[in-house]
Amino acid sequence: MSIKLHKFHGGLHTEDHKKGSLISGLQQATLPAQLILPLKQHIGDSNKPLVSVGDRVLRGQLIADSSSAISAPVHASSSGIVSEIGARPVPHPSGQSDLCIVIDVDGKDESIKQKTSPIENLSGAELIDKIQRAGIVGLGGAVFPTAAKLARGNDLGIKTLIINGAECEPYITCDDTLMQNYAAEVVSGIAYLQCILKPENTLIGIEDNKPAAIKSIQLAIEKSPLSQTEVVSIPTIYPSGGEKQLIKILTGKEVPASKLAFDIGLFCQNVGTCVAITRALEHDQALISRIVTLSGNGIQNPGNWEVWLGTPVSHLIELAGGYKINQAKSQHLVMGGPMMGFSLSSDAVPIVKASNNILVMQQQTIPLTPGYHDECVRCAKCVEVCPAQLLPQQLYWQARAKNHERSEEYHLFDCIECGCCAAVCPSQIPLVQYYRAEKSEIRTARQAHFKSDRARLRFEFREQRLLLKKQQDEERRRLKREALQKKNPKIPDRKVEVDPVQAALERVKARKQTQAAEPRNTTNLTPEQQQQIEEADARRRAAREQPK
Amino acid sequence: MTSVIVSSPYVSPSKSLRQLMINVIIGLVPGTLAYIWFFGYGVLVNIILAIGLALIFEAIVLKLRDKPIKPHLTDFSAVVAAWLFALCLPMNSPWWLVLIGIGFCMIAGKHLYGGLGFNPFNPAMVGYVALLISFPKEMTTWYLPQVISGQSLSLIDSLAYSFGLFEIEHWDAFSSATPLDQYKTGLTQNLAASEIFQSPVFGALGGVGWEWIAGGWLIGGFWLLISRTINWHIPVAVVCGLLLFATGRYFLDTATVASPVFHLFSGSIIIGAFFIATDPVTAATTNKGRIYYGLMIGMLVYIIRSWGGYPDGVAFAVLLANMCVPLIDYYTQPRIYGGQDQDE
Repeated sequence: MSIKLHKFHGGLHTEDHKKGSLISGLQQATLPAQLILPLKQHIGDSNKPLVSVGDRVLRGQLIADSSSAISAPVHASSSGIVSEIGARPVPHPSGQSDLCIVIDVDGKDESIKQKTSPIENLSGAELIDKIQRAGIVGLGGAVFPTAAKLARGNDLGIKTLIINGAECEPYITCDDTLMQNYAAEVVSGIAYLQCILKPENTLIGIEDNKPAAIKSIQLAIEKSPLSQTEVVSIPTIYPSGGEKQLIKILTGKEVPASKLAFDIGLFCQNVGTCVAITRALEHDQALISRIVTLSGNGIQNPGNWEVWLGTPVSHLIELAGGYKINQAKSQHLVMGGPMMGFSLSSDAVPIVKASNNILVMQQQTIPLTPGYHDECVRCAKCVEVCPAQLLPQQLYWQARAKNHERSEEYHLFDCIECGCCAAVCPSQIPLVQYYRAEKSEIRTARQAHFKSDRARLRFEFREQRLLLKKQQDEERRRLKREALQKKNPKIPDRKVEVDPVQAALERVKARKQTQAAEPRNTTNLTPEQQQQIEEADARRRAAREQPK
Repeated sequence: MTSVIVSSPYVSPSKSLRQLMINVIIGLVPGTLAYIWFFGYGVLVNIILAIGLALIFEAIVLKLRDKPIKPHLTDFSAVVAAWLFALCLPMNSPWWLVLIGIGFCMIAGKHLYGGLGFNPFNPAMVGYVALLISFPKEMTTWYLPQVISGQSLSLIDSLAYSFGLFEIEHWDAFSSATPLDQYKTGLTQNLAASEIFQSPVFGALGGVGWEWIAGGWLIGGFWLLISRTINWHIPVAVVCGLLLFATGRYFLDTATVASPVFHLFSGSIIIGAFFIATDPVTAATTNKGRIYYGLMIGMLVYIIRSWGGYPDGVAFAVLLANMCVPLIDYYTQPRIYGGQDQDE
């Protein structure tokens, strides 16, 4: 059984730089002195901390959770004392800090009591619930809560399950290592996904530059009872690991713009997530570690490590023999790959669920001097490589002019930020940077628009409500008056009687008269008080007359 | 440890702007050599003068605009524009003609719009057309190929001639209209094409010498395609646009109309198709748009040659098509990934 492969538009043949980190195999990282666990390591709603400073926590203990459906809880990666809950720098493109739970590791690595329960009789919904409680998110980089995705996929019905082992970005080898070392767990993870989603068939896409991984997965499938499951070796071309691109390669289908894969009966999951699912279901193990690649020409010993989440990047760099040049300043740190990763402001940030790779590059290998670039000459090399089939040169023009409407007309939001356009641009324009800025500006404008719209609606509703109330009040008064008149016809009609101006004048006059008659606080004084007043008056007079 | 925040991707671009421009310059060499071979060093003098002046103008304007001078001068875009402009001029043009033309090209054609990347019109063509309209006499005084006239000037003499320091008697006797011009004049005199082609300036395919020069541009054009400096869409569409009209009319009226081959190998259609229409800044950028844009130029060239006031029409055709580029680009957007209809 072999399927017909398809091509997506554009893409790049990049130098893969993968050998360096594959030599030493998978290594187990040591425990750092401190674990820094950001409360939010997923896409969705924020978590609240469940522990406080001073608490002792155990490995696998739930330390942050949310009641929202789209969220993933955080667990302690090892045992220790919570020493701080506060803002720390976290790995995020914005470079900003976020709330983290800091654990001073005690080195005992004590685990919470595992209550392994048999899973054979669990229903799909129960399995999904277990996956949710383990804090599993998509480990391919998107970190979308897996349970929420599974529940939605289950509702819509899935025809084809796609397992993403493409790993198309240069330098990154964590999924390759994972497939070689944990093939059996990948395959049983796939079995659980099949059990939940009940797809007709399953395709595992792996780029053909990973023959060892392809072989291990194939062997593992042969040993397993899985059926209708096929490993597909796909051509190595960036970004084949993008969900939409992988779908196109394997099925020839395109996910309609502004829709998601499960809208057309497809469900994509990364191989790393499959392993996490196996561990959660079979061993009740929460997501507390992952494989991270350390690579780049600025690091002594590149390689792959199984790392506890929350480990500071600096600890990992020490494990890899440190920076190549002692002057740490000449290094440039990137989390993720060179195409889609983002700069880290310091190596104090922790490894999180999304961290697949830490790239250490010597500063001089970064081609972009911020600030200066040539102008776009509209050569359209970017159009040739854009896998989303956009017109990057037109988008750049609109984004530069901050012409939001036109940017959207040119499908700005279908840009997957893969970086192909910027990589081929002869004018070396940081195109993706322009698109990111434009996207965030449009989002902000939309939000402001949404808010003002809501305020306007509220205002209009209030006006209407007040008007209605006034009318109702008037109506009620009228009915009451009529009822009273019927009951007692002597009550005169109010309207005719007095001229209101005249009445007001008279009221004022009356008030003035009463005021004049009222006693003031200077009447009825004692002789002493009278004397004091007179003395004070005399002093004032003297002061006034004194020459200056 | 801290590091600079730069946005991804963190890879070196495979091509630079300068490399693209150098590719164009390499592509211009064979045709230029043929041009010099047939028409003497006057061609080279034009090119050298134009490039030198273009760089001076570029530097002055960059200085006035407070822009970095070195990176812009070394991107060689001014060299390419000046070279193309010089190729449009009659050989042995007086120095002031080159000065005015290249000045208009660099200042009005390029920098008044904002410099490289912002000019809607091909700067070389802007400079050329400005001269053509302002100095019709100087711009239409061409010389016979050396193989016909038997007259040639040394490089120094050519240079001196451009600056008015050197005179040859009877030099004017060797001046001549271009083959296309002769053809056009012949047509207005109600001569049949076969009669017009009796003149010695016409060769086997086009004009004597001109056909070889066109061959040189063709070689350079293939180099541009092989080096992926340009895509095939525009040159093919320009040639097709011209051939479409030329062939159609030729079959209807073989007697009075020039053959499509003559149209292809005379004048500047080949250099226009490969080097001028493909200027990325002023051309359409979508593949479908490039085809419309190229077809439009090819057809306009034929229309101008046959019914317009000028013997060759590449410059005007390119400028007219430049004007339509924003519209073409807007209406030829490709279907995006996952997009609904074909012509979104």
